[in-house]
Amino acid sequence: MDWLMLEFMQRALLAAVITGLTAPAIGTYLVQRRLSLLGDGLGHLAVAGVGLAFLTGTAPLPLAVVVCVLGAVGIELLRELGRTSGDVGLAILFYGGLSGGLLLASLAGQGTGTLSAYLFGSLLTITATELWIVGGLGAIVLLVCLGLLPQLFAVSADEPFARTIGLPVRFYNVLVVALAAITVTVSMRTVGLLLVSALMVVPVATANHLVIGFRRSMLVAMGLGVLAAVSGTVGSYEFDTAPGALIVVIGIGLFALSWPVSLLLARRRAPSVELVDDQPPLAHEVTEAHPHQHAAGCGHVAVTHGGHVDYIHDGHRHAAHEGHYDEH
Amino acid sequence: MTSTDSPPAVTLADVDVVLSGVPIVRHAGFTIEPGQTVAITGNNGSGKTTLMRAVLGLVPHRGSIRLFGTEVQHFHHWRRIGYVPQRSSIMVQQATAREVVATGRLGLRRPLWPASSSDRSAVAAALGEVGMSDRAGAPFVRLSGGQQQRVLIARALAGEADLMVWDEPLAGVDQHTQNVLAEVVAALRRQGRTVLMVLHEPGPLEPLIDRAITLADGRVVADGPFQSAGGGHEVHELPHSHSHRTGLEVV
Repeated sequence: MDWLMLEFMQRALLAAVITGLTAPAIGTYLVQRRLSLLGDGLGHLAVAGVGLAFLTGTAPLPLAVVVCVLGAVGIELLRELGRTSGDVGLAILFYGGLSGGLLLASLAGQGTGTLSAYLFGSLLTITATELWIVGGLGAIVLLVCLGLLPQLFAVSADEPFARTIGLPVRFYNVLVVALAAITVTVSMRTVGLLLVSALMVVPVATANHLVIGFRRSMLVAMGLGVLAAVSGTVGSYEFDTAPGALIVVIGIGLFALSWPVSLLLARRRAPSVELVDDQPPLAHEVTEAHPHQHAAGCGHVAVTHGGHVDYIHDGHRHAAHEGHYDEH
Repeated sequence: MTSTDSPPAVTLADVDVVLSGVPIVRHAGFTIEPGQTVAITGNNGSGKTTLMRAVLGLVPHRGSIRLFGTEVQHFHHWRRIGYVPQRSSIMVQQATAREVVATGRLGLRRPLWPASSSDRSAVAAALGEVGMSDRAGAPFVRLSGGQQQRVLIARALAGEADLMVWDEPLAGVDQHTQNVLAEVVAALRRQGRTVLMVLHEPGPLEPLIDRAITLADGRVVADGPFQSAGGGHEVHELPHSHSHRTGLEVV
């Protein structure tokens, strides 16, 4: 654990925790709105900010935040006006951002080597000033994501309804993409602009496997994000690998693990359906020899009706009755 | 209506709605007093849903639409309206029925403040009213169509609105849900709330409806007590063709 004493490792871990918390938090809203790839596009756009900073000789992080937020808000307003037909407009903007950024960087005499610290992250070289910016912006993202959770959930889930109860729908929509833009740029030193989208989507998908409920899955996704970010950072120090890549690979590994877990959970939760307008069984029909003992979680769908529980077995319902099963 | 009374819940005067150059609603006008249970009926494509969306300010209109005496474009008391869309557009995989119903309270809640105990009890009561208390923790998208509809009704009930605006609440739902919704409407009537529903088939709601406004080709062609199926509305065919732009004004 000697790495914990190293100052650059402390900074790296702090930055990793912030990315691990913020990316899945805002990602939960993006996934819900079917905007899983918006983070990826915003990452491309942020490259333009970095290139511009190289050219003007200013700090890349603040300028990238400004460029990315402006671009994101513009995209959202265009989307609302219905001016962008599908993803073509977005693609043009995003690849314009990426190519523009590369062009500006080369005009500034910077090779792709300098740029790669932002494209793929350079967690272990993060400076104290950058950490302050990352921390401050990350806190804002978290505060809004958690504090306005009911409102942002309502707007993302059902926009017309949100409008009819008087929520400022446009403001909240713009807020979500602006927060996504901030999160992307804030994460460019940790996992990098090209991989940040993975941390916005993968932990959310994993959480959806594990828990029910919007709030709960957001919190679980944030926990998974921190787990992947911290273990990836430590692992990259131990094994001398690229931290951003390792963080994302761990996140995807957790997703793969969650699959069998979700199947087990689904069994335990014993799919239960309610049967209504049910007709009572016409005659007392006893099943043939039935060695299987039905019980909660036995794998057969439980059906509640008429005050008792039946189990669906090969297309018909079995009800326990004095040591045998009736056909219902 | 007399001027000393509270303003009508809904007033339409000479309302036109044109969507993508196509006139959908033409010269619609009617007044709905507080406490009335009103059905908007008519065949498919007669403009029922568009009219309802115009009442909610979701589509642009010409003419005057007033909610509680205020033009809809200046209306701000949206918490008084309980909207239930025709079918759920909610695709959120992980949201529970309770979380969906809780969004119905947001018109009453301040941003950044946690839900109060009265918010929570209103959500629980609304779920109970539609018989969904035992499924409150289930993922909304996995519920049956009828159960989803009951959750959306509960979402509108949770907001304690004065004016319910429901679009085809009975469309494609099971008999049990239809009966539950009839009980809900009966309770709303007893509480003196106003209910405006687009209805294709009245089903068990029929005895609860004070008045039916019938649309055909975007025009109000009948307005009066609900006439049971087989009589009345279908017979009120009007002697005008679709190309009649000037239209025959029908009383």
